[in-house]
Amino acid sequence: MARKTPGLNTSAMSDISFLLLAFFLMVSNINSDMGIARRLPPPLPENVDPPEVRERNIFTVLVNKDDRLLLNNQYGRIEDLKDRAKEFLGNPNNLPNLPEKVSTEIPGLGTYEVSKGVISLRNDRGTSYDMYLQVQNELTAAINEMRDELSTTRFGKKYADLNKEQHKAVETAIPVAISEAEPTKIGGK
Amino acid sequence: MARFTGKKAKETPALNMGSMSDIIFMLLFFFMVITTMRESSLYVKIIPPQGSEVVKLEKKSLVSYINVGVPLPDQQKKYGTEPRIQLNDQIAEVSDIITFVELERNARPEADRPDITTAIKADKQVRMGMVSDIKQELRKAGALKIFYNASKGGRKK
Repeated sequence: MARKTPGLNTSAMSDISFLLLAFFLMVSNINSDMGIARRLPPPLPENVDPPEVRERNIFTVLVNKDDRLLLNNQYGRIEDLKDRAKEFLGNPNNLPNLPEKVSTEIPGLGTYEVSKGVISLRNDRGTSYDMYLQVQNELTAAINEMRDELSTTRFGKKYADLNKEQHKAVETAIPVAISEAEPTKIGGK
Repeated sequence: MARFTGKKAKETPALNMGSMSDIIFMLLFFFMVITTMRESSLYVKIIPPQGSEVVKLEKKSLVSYINVGVPLPDQQKKYGTEPRIQLNDQIAEVSDIITFVELERNARPEADRPDITTAIKADKQVRMGMVSDIKQELRKAGALKIFYNASKGGRKK
């Protein structure tokens, strides 16, 4: 008669799997890469002057080495930057000192008055990366809010919930119009 | 009552531990799926700045990292206390970036090359002079898609 096999003692199995679990917890990190995506302009060809831009179409943001802000030649605070940028890019009342707009035919959106405004961002060599990122963050916030507003009025959805074509349309209507100046050697450290 | 008191106290049966390992394995697989392996150990200390508008970095296989920060205390004898650049697993100079970008580009399949992103992981204390230098090198190298690493958080007052 075949003898009955005694049950395997599996209590050590959980110890082993715990060990494995602990090992993987140690050597891995949770996918936490967050940040702000940007596109650099291609290098300027030599002997070509950058295109002239009208003064009303430029909003200058200067960050100096002490992390202080100058918005259109006036002292500004980071808290105000988002609203100032929105006002500049949106130009809701069509003021003559704020950027011009061009009627553009955008597929999926119809005719839209695209602003010609460009935010010119310039920093010193001594500006801290933290401050620079805060400024970028505020400008991104301004653009994101405007995109959200547009997509809510046109499509009844938040920008993040739009489909690919709608995304593209909104992106064309409200581009990331941030231009970074060629670096200078001021405020070095 | 004698019927109840007369009996010996019953022994607690041993717990069946058989499924315990199943549960732990499930946890293990869960963590294996949601995490990524640490690629290289950092020689520089990086506390990323915070931002409220941060987005997730897509297509991690197409990302190359440039780490910028002050060398860790145990590396400071070798590399000094000024912010340095770390590419892969070695401390490098700004001028090495072009070669680095080329190498990274060649390591990726041809079709994916336009989507290659360079993530700048810099400490918040780093001065922009260094970051600007890096950006200029990246422009020269033609790596135009960049990504400023930051952690999610409210605006700092």
